[in-house]
Parts: sequence; C-alpha cells; structure tokens
Amino acid sequence: MQLNDAAVVDTFAEAFAMWGARVVITAETAEWARAAAQSMTGFATSIIGCKCEAGIETELPPGETPDGRPGVSVLLFSTSAEGLGKRLVERVGQCVMTCPSTACYSGLAGTETVVVGGQLRYFGDKYQMSKLLDGRRLWRVPVMDGEFLVDDRFGIQPAVGGGNILILGRDQAVTLRAAEAAVSAMRRIPGAILPFPGGVVRSGSKPKSRYSFLFASTNDAYCPTLRSVAPESQIPEGVGCVLEIVIDGLDLAAVETAMRRGMHAAAAGGAMQISAGNYGGGLGQFQIALRSLLEGVGAGR
Amino acid sequence: MTLDLTLHTTPAVPLEADVLTPARLAGLTALEAAKLIVVHGNQPAELGEFFRVAGGTDGEIHLSGDLARVKLIGTGMTEGRIVVHGPVGMHLGAAMAGGEIVIEGNAGDWVGPEMTGGRIVVRGNAGHMVGAAYRGGHVGMRGGEIVIFGNAGNEVGSGMRRGLIAIGGDAGDFTGVNLLAGTIVVLGQLGWRTGAGMRRGTILAMHAAELLPTFSFACTYRPVILRLYLPYLRRLGLPVSDAQVQGSYQRWCGDAIELNRGEILLLETGETAPAA
Repeated sequence: MQLNDAAVVDTFAEAFAMWGARVVITAETAEWARAAAQSMTGFATSIIGCKCEAGIETELPPGETPDGRPGVSVLLFSTSAEGLGKRLVERVGQCVMTCPSTACYSGLAGTETVVVGGQLRYFGDKYQMSKLLDGRRLWRVPVMDGEFLVDDRFGIQPAVGGGNILILGRDQAVTLRAAEAAVSAMRRIPGAILPFPGGVVRSGSKPKSRYSFLFASTNDAYCPTLRSVAPESQIPEGVGCVLEIVIDGLDLAAVETAMRRGMHAAAAGGAMQISAGNYGGGLGQFQIALRSLLEGVGAGR
Repeated sequence: MTLDLTLHTTPAVPLEADVLTPARLAGLTALEAAKLIVVHGNQPAELGEFFRVAGGTDGEIHLSGDLARVKLIGTGMTEGRIVVHGPVGMHLGAAMAGGEIVIEGNAGDWVGPEMTGGRIVVRGNAGHMVGAAYRGGHVGMRGGEIVIFGNAGNEVGSGMRRGLIAIGGDAGDFTGVNLLAGTIVVLGQLGWRTGAGMRRGTILAMHAAELLPTFSFACTYRPVILRLYLPYLRRLGLPVSDAQVQGSYQRWCGDAIELNRGEILLLETGETAPAA
C-alpha cells in the first residue's frame, strides 16, 4: 500500500493494556502550570526504565479548569492501578506541589480511583485542611506561598500503551522532518500522548538481549548501520534513518486515531516507508494493523 | 406528575407535618395523602383538614400557601424534591439526609438542623440556628448544603461538623459558634462573636468584621480553594462577583480557646470593621 511516496508495510503495532490517569495542573500563569507539567512528565518516556510513561495532553484555558486559572492536562500511564497510584503520589508530590502557585486536580471521573491528595496531605504536618465540595474532597496543604490544593482521589481507567509507528527515511534530516510533521498532527488528539522527547524515539528496543543481565536491547532490525550484518534487518536499500513515535492513550480509539493521522502526516512529510514495531503478537493485548487503520477499520475516530 | 398541596385553612397554632416528605408520600393517592396524620398544637389531625391535595407523587411535592406555622417539613428526607411556594415554619429539613428542598419565601428558625445530606435552598430569609445542633447536642449539620439567599439569624452552623452553608445576605451573631468543621460563607455582614469556640472549619465573609481577641491574624493571600467554592455558589444563584472569586483574603486563625485550627477568611476590601 502506498501513502503518497511512502510504502506502508503490511504489519501491525503491538500495544499493551495499561492504566491511565489525567492530571489537571493549574497555576497563576500558564508558564508556571507548564513548568510543573514539564517537570511531572520528565523522565517518563518508557515503562522499561521510568516505571511510568507520561506526557502533556494539552494546555487548558482558564475557562476549562476547575479553578478558572490557566492549566495543563497531563496523562500518566503505568502497568497496574497500584503502580499508577504510586507514580501519581511521587510525581504530584515532587513536581507539582513544589511548583509555585499550582493546584492539582483529577481529570478523570472514573469509578476506579487512587488516593493522591489523601497521601500528600501528611506533608501538612496536621495543619492541612480538607474540604468536601459537591461530593469532591480536596486537601489544602499549607506551603510557603500559600496553599497547595489537591484532589483527595484521582480517577484512573484502563488504557492502551505502546501504540507506535516507525518512519523510515532517506537520511536523518528528511526523516526528522517527517517525524516532526507526524508529531504535530498526533499531538492534537485528545486522550493521547507521545511520551518520548519531542514525541520521537530513536532508540527503539526489542525485548531481549545477548547479555544475560539485560531484558531489552537495541532494535537491530531497524538500525540502518546494521543493515548488512543484522540477520533480521528490515531496512530497505536507500534508508538511512528510522524514527519511532510511541503513543499511549486513554483508550484504543485515541491511539488508533493518533497513529492514522501520524502516518498521513509522515507520508506527506517525506517518509519512504512506514512500519510499526511488534513482538510477533505474543506480548501485547492489542494488535493495530497499519493498513486496516488507513482503510478506516478500527476503533479510532 | 407532582403532588400538589395547597393550604386552605391556616392552622391556628403550629402544625407539625413531618409526613411531608417524598418517601412518606410515595405511592399514595391524593385521597390517601389527605388522610395522613399531622399534629395541630397537641391534637392529631388529618393533613386534608389543612391542605387540598391533588395529583400524584413522582418524587416531587409542591406546597403552596402561607406555611409559616407549618413545621418539620422534609424531616428525615432522604430523596426527591420539595418545592414550597411561600414561607415555611421551623425545623425545615430537620435531620435531612438527601434530596432537595426549595423554599420560594422565608423560612423560620432551625433550617436543616443536624442534617447529614441533601440540599436546602431558601430564596428569602431564614431565622436563627441554620444547620445547627439542637440544644443539648454537640454536633450540628454533618453534611449537605444549605443556601439562604437572604439574611439569616443567630448561630448559623452551630456545632456544624461537615457540609456547606451559604448566606447571601447578612448573618446574625455567633455565626459558626462551636464549629467543628465544614464551611460557612456569608456574602453580607457578620454579626458579633463570629466563630466563638470553633475548633476547625472555615468561615468566609465578604466584609470586614471585628473578631474575638482569641483569633489571630496570619496573612493576606488568595486561597485557591475559593476559586472552586465561590463559582459553585454562583452556579447555585448567589450573587458572587469576580472580585470576590479573585480577591485577596485576610486569614484569621482561631479560636485559641479551642484547637485554634479554624479559620475566618475576610475579603480584603479596605473597609473598616463595624464596632462591636
């Protein structure tokens, strides 16, 4: 299948069941809200090394936040509900509560919840106050610039992690441009984030290693420098660079929509080939076929 | 279809009508509802001796007439809705646990005493002891919301432990006396001795007030929590301004004769507190 000048490989992205949360951070200015969000989503590229994956979903105007101040919506994903709760407590506590003027709210109204503010309140050393408004419990933790306001519980929901596309291009410059175009299109999808730097990862991995102490190693099949030596190389002649975009979403539809828009944008941006990473279908709970997506099949919008 | 009760005979003495709840009237025909027993003074009487009953209940009851002598409407209510087109007497929504009561007029003393849930809205004024503990009790309102559009009398939220009371007009003396927790908002003027004996909780007011000497000034700041509370009250219809939502508030801590963990937040307006 061709998409502009790009060949779309008949393969699928293998994605995984995860748990996701939406965190709404507000502050006196959009800059401070963004600072907290950037801190919270730092070092959250891959479950493999970071225990969670996170990214900024969107910036929110004052009219769309609980307290009428500028805000940022962050999505955070982990492999279990318990793990997600722990990561939320760590990151809200260390990255949001510490940031001047911020407040932090749950952005999901799911029936499943984890305690966040109810843990962070202990920082208040018994000076904290709780408020129950319209069925919602919040904690006011005294801090040096006033109070840190945080929801007692955060809604979480089953989610999908590890959706991906691989963009193969002639050289690094062209492939970067294609990837940037794809990221720009994919970042507009509500409920989806791209957890890697700038939305792009160049060190794609496979779930095995020739070293016994490692459980993941470089995806040699897509390393152009190994085209002639890696036995399972998938690099066509003329390809000098491969970049991957990983997508985590609050549901499968968000992931698929992002993948579809990303493929179109990458193809229009100069990609030679578009593929996806998988492990043979034996690890992930979701298989997202690229060609079916482009043909309009799937849960995506 | 709502159940409509119209007062046709004004009671000569107070009428205790704790049968007027959606749950108690559920499934009754108008005729059956009219047979329910109320207490007129110290004598039992049938509801129909005072009210003309029409329609059938779908969880909503409408009452019309001057019910200033009708007490205990909505007592122990757990669900549904009561709308009163006119004034009501004392003990409205006593120990109420759920549902909503809307009064399109004034209410007597003891609105929502010891209630645990639901919402009471009074479009006019309310008497003393809104959301309070009964005499001899230590704990008043334990949950739910009371919204008074007009003025309220003394001891609003006495012994209150949880919930929200909002007064659109002025409040009398001893607002939040012995407050255990919860939130009281007064958009008008406070009376004397606000928060006396309060342990925890919040009293928020939009005008300067002379506070007891057992309250200590902490700082002036902009509490983010008010950016949730005040717009919420505005959505309920209270006249909350943007200046109040975004304003700076003096934080006073007290009462030092108790835990000293309560707070009184006063909007910084530049005005001088009226002399006590």
